[in-house]
Amino acid sequence: MSPTPDGARDGDATAKVDEAEVGRIFREESGRAVAVLVRVFGDIDLAEDVVQEAFAVAMRKWPGEGPPPNPGGWITTTARNRALDHLRRESRGRQLLGEAAVLTSGDDDTGMPGEVGGVPDDRLRLMFTCCHPALSTEAQVALTLRLLGGLPTKQVARSFLVTEQAMAHRLVRAKRKIKAARIPYRVPEAHELPGRLRPVLTVVYLVYNAGLASSNEPDPCAEAIRLARILAALMPDEPEVAGLLALLLLTESRRASRLRPDGSLVLLGEQDRTQWDRALIKEGQAIVRRCLRRDQPGPYQLQAAINAVHADAATLEETDWPQIVALYDHLLALTPTPVVALNRAIAVGEVQSPAAALALVDELDLDDYHAFHATRADLLRRLGRKCDAADAYERAAAMAPTDAEREFLRLGGRSPR
Amino acid sequence: MARYLLSVHTVEGQARKPMTSEEVQQSHQQLSFIEGEMVSAGVWVFSGRLHEPDTATVVRVSDGEVVTTDGPFVEAREHLGGFYVIEAADLDAALTWASKVTAAIRTPIEVRPFADFADEPHA
Repeated sequence: MSPTPDGARDGDATAKVDEAEVGRIFREESGRAVAVLVRVFGDIDLAEDVVQEAFAVAMRKWPGEGPPPNPGGWITTTARNRALDHLRRESRGRQLLGEAAVLTSGDDDTGMPGEVGGVPDDRLRLMFTCCHPALSTEAQVALTLRLLGGLPTKQVARSFLVTEQAMAHRLVRAKRKIKAARIPYRVPEAHELPGRLRPVLTVVYLVYNAGLASSNEPDPCAEAIRLARILAALMPDEPEVAGLLALLLLTESRRASRLRPDGSLVLLGEQDRTQWDRALIKEGQAIVRRCLRRDQPGPYQLQAAINAVHADAATLEETDWPQIVALYDHLLALTPTPVVALNRAIAVGEVQSPAAALALVDELDLDDYHAFHATRADLLRRLGRKCDAADAYERAAAMAPTDAEREFLRLGGRSPR
Repeated sequence: MARYLLSVHTVEGQARKPMTSEEVQQSHQQLSFIEGEMVSAGVWVFSGRLHEPDTATVVRVSDGEVVTTDGPFVEAREHLGGFYVIEAADLDAALTWASKVTAAIRTPIEVRPFADFADEPHA
């Protein structure tokens, strides 16, 4: 490796880094390295192992020497060389090696060629493999976080509240199926894309939500946004990809205001709106505007648009509720689920009356959903039906998924002072 | 290329709307058309339909002796009604063929890869 800094890092290439920083750089870059090596060697386990070995080398070298000028290229090259060593030593690797040599010859030390216009990025291939509909949603999420996010199995497990052993088993089983059933490593063709893109977007969305419900390090929300940014950059013509990115950015803009320091929940109406991240809002709203001009609405774009309207209001009272109801009408037409209907009813409550909203809510079959009872409780309270409200708060609290929400609902939807 | 088993699973006593004789005929026509496509695409290896599970006989070793018993190995509401063995480039290709068959016969199909195809002499 050449220690000379390149222009991209403006002279800080020799700066010392600590282990946490090495870990951060590695997570940023390892997804691409794994994706390239899966293409070159056709073996996910091998790709994962050698990228892990490259990480161990980086942990040893970078804190003293500083990271190389092109860490991504360094990781890929180091891992590739390790893979070649492994394969040379094993007889079963000889055959693979023949094919790999063709693909890897001619690369310089900075690693593999980067993205070229029109050539799909390897990460996109890997994402479609990880999110193949032949794999369960749990397996899709786990594989995506592990392979593309570079998260250790332990952290993937923690994000989904399962033991490390259970998560390791899930990953092994999913990788075995990919290999045995020959789940392909390619970007689907245009006619397959609608069906195949859906699980990819769902996985990114689930990763984000897992982050909202926890306070893990590294942060799953940041990881989801990073994946959404990659997708949006690689598939600029897919309106729902843009919609998902905008939705995540706009949700993220409020995340710091969502919880108090003690972990309790702050409702939208009670949040300090001056704390909302204006840069994220600006970026999210710009994407929403581009989506509107394109006029191919989908569920993510509409949810992003609803969030964009909230972001425009300086106070809860200034919210353009009729606009939000109109967007929910559209969303409900595309995805007629009771959860969407519940959210629409809340908006109707602001435009018309709590009584009108309660009539809509009571028609919904959502008895097992804590937010249903929480919404009813809030509407009943506003209608002065104290006893009914207390019952509903109790039911909601019993089902709440996080301690913060449970505490909030136990206190009758009022924040602790 | 990889080899896949497409097994057709029939659920006994399931309230599936019985097909009219016209629909049965149409389904058979579609099926033989798909099978023709499989053959000309070089995908088809073998296929067959099975009699009802009550025609099955099980042999097993018990105390060092082979014992023969009447009936299917597993008493279940679901049973294997028929199958295809196909050769396809990858799972997506196999799923495309399975989708055609299930659309024609309106019965679920399980797609499962054969093990160790690469070790077989004609691979």
